[in-house]
Amino acid sequence: MFFDNLPALAVAVPLFGAFLTPLVSKIGDRARNVFVILVMGLTTTVVFLLVNDVFTNGIQTYVFGGSYQPGETVIRIFFEVDGLSAFMAIIAVVLPLVAVIYSWGFMKKETGLDKYYTLILLMTTGMIGLVLTGDMFNFFVFLEITSISSAALVAFWVNKGKAVDAGFKYIVISSIGALFVLFAIALLYGQYDALNMAVLANSIQYTFLDKMALVLLLVALAMKAGIVPMHMWLPDAYGCAPSSVTLVLIGATQASLYGVFRVVFTLYGRELTTAVNQVSLNVLLSVFIVALALATIVVGVLMALKQSNLKRMIAFAAVAEIGYMILAVGAALSTITVDSNTGVTMLTESGEMALKGGLFHIINDALDIGLLFLVAGAIYYATRETSVNKLGGLARNMKYTTVFFLIGLLAVSGMPPMNGFASKLLIYESTYQINPILAVIAILCSILLLAVFVKVFHSVFLGPKLSVFKDTKEVPKSMLLAMGIIAIVIVFFGIFPELVVNNIVQPAADALTDMLKNGLYVKAVLGVI
Amino acid sequence: MIYNIPYLAVAALILVGLYGVVFKRNLIKMVIGVTLIESGVNLFLITLGYRKGSTAPIYTSSPGGLMSLPVPQALTLTSIVIGVAVLALMLSFVVYIYRHYKTLDARKIGGEDE
Repeated sequence: MFFDNLPALAVAVPLFGAFLTPLVSKIGDRARNVFVILVMGLTTTVVFLLVNDVFTNGIQTYVFGGSYQPGETVIRIFFEVDGLSAFMAIIAVVLPLVAVIYSWGFMKKETGLDKYYTLILLMTTGMIGLVLTGDMFNFFVFLEITSISSAALVAFWVNKGKAVDAGFKYIVISSIGALFVLFAIALLYGQYDALNMAVLANSIQYTFLDKMALVLLLVALAMKAGIVPMHMWLPDAYGCAPSSVTLVLIGATQASLYGVFRVVFTLYGRELTTAVNQVSLNVLLSVFIVALALATIVVGVLMALKQSNLKRMIAFAAVAEIGYMILAVGAALSTITVDSNTGVTMLTESGEMALKGGLFHIINDALDIGLLFLVAGAIYYATRETSVNKLGGLARNMKYTTVFFLIGLLAVSGMPPMNGFASKLLIYESTYQINPILAVIAILCSILLLAVFVKVFHSVFLGPKLSVFKDTKEVPKSMLLAMGIIAIVIVFFGIFPELVVNNIVQPAADALTDMLKNGLYVKAVLGVI
Repeated sequence: MIYNIPYLAVAALILVGLYGVVFKRNLIKMVIGVTLIESGVNLFLITLGYRKGSTAPIYTSSPGGLMSLPVPQALTLTSIVIGVAVLALMLSFVVYIYRHYKTLDARKIGGEDE
């Protein structure tokens, strides 16, 4: 009973927990915190059981409200969990878990926390649903759930005008994006009478309307993923939200990125090698994606250099990191070729490697940037100051936080032995084989990123003790625990990258190229290819 | 031609909405722009679901003949409900922004340092 319904439970548990939270809050603050952590813990357990199931037994489908035999007309709502969904679900559930642990200390003095925790759980529901669903309309609904709850959380500190402004920007951008997605879904539905992703992927023809739908989906999801030139909302939203919320927001951004991958590789996977005017779709997409990726990396790093607000600086670094992921995936797209003798579609070896690097970097970015934001939150908690220029000498009073920042700094700029190095090395190696210029730009920007954060490290933590901060104390234990969890995972991933790549990243990379090779995603629903 | 009028209305609504969001400085007008886009998309969904001469798919009291698939209507209904939530959230943001800055001009808000 329990094990048969894992995909539904992964969404139902946090959703039910979200609406119970205001009731539990009536008992007391401690009861509420414990309850939320328990709900998140249960969700994590469910998701990990599901992930384990997917990694050992292959794609899992779940039909809501009835039974379904492969081959029947697909009219019910499906959850379809493949390697990529499982990979993203891990990120979507671990980040909120760490965030609620961190919130125990970080948000202690705030009011309205029952709503805060309700929204965090709703956001988790949205993200998990977004990555597990196999239905286009369902995808839209979860996208909106995530946007609404995260916009409300960005503006959590309503007494600051800037936070409300950031929340407003975020909700306008994401609701327009979601409406574009809905429009594209309508275009697809009008042609194929189907909302199920597997059915659509099976029957897609790459007509004029399909091209329109592809552009709308890509633009809207890229906007939500914060890719330059559609990144303006991201530094504001990341910078103004409480740090614990920012951590979950990273997950929401990456869930949108997951949408991009799902659309390109699964929905249009069959048509990737279709040629239009002698240029095949994969080359066309690859050129656009790589160009956007390079712009994203360069703009992100250069803007990070000139910020003086710590959280905005990390936010721009987050923009740059997203650039690395899509750079790798875009480069991998360009290597898809059809063997003229056997008719087999395949990626070159460097393409496979780039794909793995890009996907590995998703989980690494969530951890690295997440840790830096948590440290920035800890600094704000201890000093009520966010400007780098006004901070100094904190290493004397906040030993653990300093160590965590150092780990985050090394990881985000891709220094060994941290996880950022492992994935960035894969990206450098593979993109160098595809086009050396890509690797050169990527390495240069990584070095600049190191410069940015070394500067911050020096001015915030080192230097003479400032008299203003002489009474500053280390942050509460729950915050240290949250940062510690992430730091340990970062170091672990950095020391054993092979373990992670083989066990978690490889299934996700296989899921991406699945439509080119086997079409298991379609087979799981339709029974035939 | 006459059958394309709903699609033209869809295009007009979405374009007017986008114009409102991109070029208007007043926050309320931007919100109106978003809702116009939403109406356009909803109209598009409803138009897709229309079949000439079809009846509502209520099996127990149907006169027989062609019945239209209710999926687009269901989608539109869901989309309207979501739209209400988004609208309420956006307007409450506008209320807070007005309280804080005493203006609704997009150029004059959010420029200060923290």
